[in-house]
Amino acid sequence: MIPFKLPSLGADMEQGKLLQWHVKPGDAVQRGQVVAVVDTSKAAVDVEIWEAGLIHELRVQPGETVPVGAVLATLLAPGEAAPAEVPAQAAATPAVAVAEPVAAAAPVVALAAATRPAVSPSARRRAKELGIDAEGLRGSGAQGAVTLADVEAAAAQRSAAAAPVDRAQAMRRAIAAAMSRSKREIPHYYLSETIPMARALAWLQQHNEGLAITERILPAVLQLKAVGLALQRVPQLNGFYRNDAFEPATAVHTGVAIALRGGGLVAPALHAVGSKPLAQLMRELADLVQRARAGSLRSSEMSDPTITVTNLGDQGVEAVFGVIYPPQVALVGFGSVAVRPWVDGGELRAVPLLTASLAADHRVTDGHQGALFLAELRDLLQQPEQLAAGADGKETKA
Amino acid sequence: MSMDRTSLKTTALGVLHSIAPEVETDAIEPARPLRHQVDLDSMDWLNFLIGLHQRLGVNIPEADYAQLVTLDNVLDYLQAKLAAAGD
Repeated sequence: MIPFKLPSLGADMEQGKLLQWHVKPGDAVQRGQVVAVVDTSKAAVDVEIWEAGLIHELRVQPGETVPVGAVLATLLAPGEAAPAEVPAQAAATPAVAVAEPVAAAAPVVALAAATRPAVSPSARRRAKELGIDAEGLRGSGAQGAVTLADVEAAAAQRSAAAAPVDRAQAMRRAIAAAMSRSKREIPHYYLSETIPMARALAWLQQHNEGLAITERILPAVLQLKAVGLALQRVPQLNGFYRNDAFEPATAVHTGVAIALRGGGLVAPALHAVGSKPLAQLMRELADLVQRARAGSLRSSEMSDPTITVTNLGDQGVEAVFGVIYPPQVALVGFGSVAVRPWVDGGELRAVPLLTASLAADHRVTDGHQGALFLAELRDLLQQPEQLAAGADGKETKA
Repeated sequence: MSMDRTSLKTTALGVLHSIAPEVETDAIEPARPLRHQVDLDSMDWLNFLIGLHQRLGVNIPEADYAQLVTLDNVLDYLQAKLAAAGD
């Protein structure tokens, strides 16, 4: 039997509320299939399952809030037979939530739903009317019996789930928690570099000229690709700091900071940025922004960014020095591209310039490596053809 | 396809609303830069132009983006393009 646990969908997540199941007991599931929707205070996230099998039991019901690492459902491996019914007492053991090492902050809490509580007749009747699974609720009556009040409370909680005021407040709190932790734990250092963008923009203009509007690429995509390739050459900035040690990541999944309408932000991952063609990155970025704003991100996008990129250029700021999103170890910031005076070969010219910044974790890297990264980024943006080429930048020695 | 300015404006504001649902489209001043009145990043702006392209069938080359600053600019541009296509 395989436990399907609530994954950590970002460093600021300690618990999640199950909003909806997309599967029921007996359903076959594939790796990567979206099986549930979980509300993380930042967004409703489509949670994927990473094992194939047959859904055996749904342990958590819609409306319930459980800690990261809690068992949401159990799964029968392909070929595995369903176990015989076991008494309630014995069934309690496997349901104890085990927090993943990732979620160090999440308290380990046993799931009350494991043992089937008694339900008062009036509660059962009302629950049926409201379409709530009374046996899945936490009872407040004698010996944990579910009472009418519990059912009413669950119904109220369910309808409050989408209340926008709560959402904004919860997101504020989540951001506050993650950023406070970052500033408390991570010794940041900051570097910046002015990057001439004339070549990159001229190349892009030419590239976009013959294309339909739906195929055109934004400058932000060139920047993301350059970050992906530069990180392949300075991999110490790409990964996680956990248990007093740096864990390098094998691929570059850049978290893209996306401001949400109505306030707050999310930074879901754009996967394998260094190895994808620009057109594909553009499509994926457009899709990611659209889904982030619509509140339909996938769990893998929330949980696995290996570095974050923030771009405040559209707001017209010159530079941004960001706060690292733990347990990541670096954050790259881009300001606006603006035409300014620039000396090139002893001559003063008007050139479009971009300020790129790096905030990095001094426990993992020193300014020297950070400087190498920004120099690499600057050089890559002078060779837009190479950015278009794909993943082959790897072999070029810095 | 020919279209009067009022229905063109309705279409353009409809596209804008689909991208920025929080915006009160009635309050938009047609002669002020759109992106000063509505919080649109470059992806939103591109989606706005894509929306116009898809609803009206107007081709908007990247070189023309610079002309499109205010709502009036956008409507003038679309009207001219639609008139040219109708000839």
